[in-house]
Amino acid sequence: MAFDKMELRDIEVWDGNFAAAQAMRQCQIDVVAAYPITPSTPIVEGYAKFLADNYVEGEFVMVESEHAAMSGCIGAAAAGGRVATATSSQGFALMVETLYQASGMRLPIVLNVVNRALAAPLNVNGDHSDMYLGRDSGWIQLDAYCPQDAYDLNFIAFKVAEDHEVRLPCMVHQDGFMTSHTAQGVKTLTDDQGYNFVGDFKPMNDMLDFEHPVTHGVQTEEDWHFEHKARQHNDLMTKVLPKIQTAFDEFEKLSGRKYNIVEEYDMADADVAVVCMGTSVETAREVATEMRAKGIKAGVVGIRVIRPFPFEQIKDALKDVKAIGALDRSSPNGAPGMLFNEIAGALFNADTNALLSGYVYGLGGRDLTKAHLTDLFTELQANVDAGKVTTPLQQFIGVRGPKLSFL
Amino acid sequence: MSEMKKIKNLKEFSTSADRFEGANLLCPGCAHSIIVREVLNATNDDLVLSASTGCLEVCTAVYPYTSWDASWIHIGFENGSTAVAGAEAMHKALARKGRLKQPDRNPKFVSFAGDGASYDIGFQWISGCMERGHNIMHVVLDNEVYANTGGQRSSSTPIGGSTTTSPAGRVSYGEKQNKKDMVSIMASHGIPYSAQVAPNKWKDMVKKIQHGFAVDGPVFINAVSPCTTEWKFDPKDTMYLSDLSTDSLVFPLYEIIDGHELNITYRPKNVVPVEEYLAAQGRFKHLFKDEYKHLIKEWQERVDKNWAYLNRREEARV
Repeated sequence: MAFDKMELRDIEVWDGNFAAAQAMRQCQIDVVAAYPITPSTPIVEGYAKFLADNYVEGEFVMVESEHAAMSGCIGAAAAGGRVATATSSQGFALMVETLYQASGMRLPIVLNVVNRALAAPLNVNGDHSDMYLGRDSGWIQLDAYCPQDAYDLNFIAFKVAEDHEVRLPCMVHQDGFMTSHTAQGVKTLTDDQGYNFVGDFKPMNDMLDFEHPVTHGVQTEEDWHFEHKARQHNDLMTKVLPKIQTAFDEFEKLSGRKYNIVEEYDMADADVAVVCMGTSVETAREVATEMRAKGIKAGVVGIRVIRPFPFEQIKDALKDVKAIGALDRSSPNGAPGMLFNEIAGALFNADTNALLSGYVYGLGGRDLTKAHLTDLFTELQANVDAGKVTTPLQQFIGVRGPKLSFL
Repeated sequence: MSEMKKIKNLKEFSTSADRFEGANLLCPGCAHSIIVREVLNATNDDLVLSASTGCLEVCTAVYPYTSWDASWIHIGFENGSTAVAGAEAMHKALARKGRLKQPDRNPKFVSFAGDGASYDIGFQWISGCMERGHNIMHVVLDNEVYANTGGQRSSSTPIGGSTTTSPAGRVSYGEKQNKKDMVSIMASHGIPYSAQVAPNKWKDMVKKIQHGFAVDGPVFINAVSPCTTEWKFDPKDTMYLSDLSTDSLVFPLYEIIDGHELNITYRPKNVVPVEEYLAAQGRFKHLFKDEYKHLIKEWQERVDKNWAYLNRREEARV
């Protein structure tokens, strides 16, 4: 290979952005088309620097908008090579149209989404509003809780997306600033280990195979559209989770690091549990341990795969708990939060009478403190003791002014 | 090495093997298919094509059929240029890495889009592609209206044109704005080649397309595409309308090299009055009412002024 390998220490101190950039380098992406936006910018900056220093070989196309970034990625992926980019917030919102195009054309693009609030009011800090905006777009969505996850899940993302039985684009989410700009020790793979895990890119229906011309992005009306969408949905629902599990297992063999589709913490005998994503998972785990010292049997369920939503795994994880708190880091704007709804959907026909409450927290980068979570677990235990939900179904945590709660 | 087709006459041209099938859903008399065929017939090289959402796209790739015997992609209304730019970037990357399946091929990257997808919604994407210097050609099928959605005005619609969103009525003569000068705007990016072409002047067009394929860098081609449905003329008269547009100098044929050097490539022997061009189309019918006749005069003055400007630019050699 013409590019230089990078000598990494076993543990490097990286933030989430640089961890993602390093994984992208080790996967040796052929084309990156990108547009900068806070807080994801350092990912593509890192990639550009790797290119400038000959640690990767490929094309970096610095386009004029996020919409064009994904448009360029789609053209590049259809041409038959490994493609990735990164974005956040408004940029993600601008991309949304093309996200549907990418998945509908079954193009294995990897998108690092550093989660951030959506305007207005303008806010550069982390929440999951942008993540939720993409949840019906036909992409696989993986969620990182820390820089280590951001690094590891990028390998998983390429491996699953590029599988010829899957051929669906994949996002890797991490929390803006809290993960993306917080440096931690990250256990590394060598360049060869990383690249060999994802393997060489195997094109399918590529536009640069001139012996087999292909038409991408056709028009279908009522006669075929349903079949295409239904097939895509079916593949997401039936093929993707087993593929992710296989990739997790292979990755564990390689790195010793174990990932699960749903991350259970102290759930074996838990009476109360919170379900959450991103950086709040680690905080919740710490508080759950403290709650156990106080006699409350607390557990945490972390969502690792947001799409396809792991209904069965969620049902299994929550089958024995008595009260559940669903934590949504997004303003639901006129409905219970997404996690509340999805968990309610998963449990509706399950053999459980668990009490479910929804909590909205951390909008626009607001902290979720251990005190908040202590109160939350205590409240869930109060529900268990009372045998009913004693507080409103939907509450806002840590918002100033009069307490906001609904339903 | 790039291979250009040598075509001597129209008969040879019409029977030349092409990669755009006659089987499509375009209206009878639509100039789009003629222009596309003329562009594709200019080269024997492999092609990577895109079409932005529009008549050409919806009429040529209706699943499970395709009219394209070449690599082709459609994403959205605005981003066909960037799709092709992405494919071009991938070609470069794979060539450098030695991973091309057919490394001896020299593909041409072309995006087709209507005036709406180029002058309006796709403007930013095209500008980005031009500025970044992708080795692609963007061809506008300029029928001066959103024909695919049923005839709304675009920023290419000329003054006085009656469209569904700029209709002529009791107190209106239709479109109020002048047509956007896209060729100048694109040439101002400093791109190696931009040109106006017309399907009736097919030798001129093929020459320009071949020039465009030969240069290294982005190329912008604006092709007048008479629209039988929205310009309101008989389908048999497509070439007649195309002749009127070039011979009245409403749609002058010229090229701009390296963003500044302008060459007029067609000088009609007998210049047709603009009135004749307008009279041949239903969309300008109302201009012939007494109260709007001054607009026809203004049309002629505008066309004359533009022709003089083009001539001055050509003479100046700057």
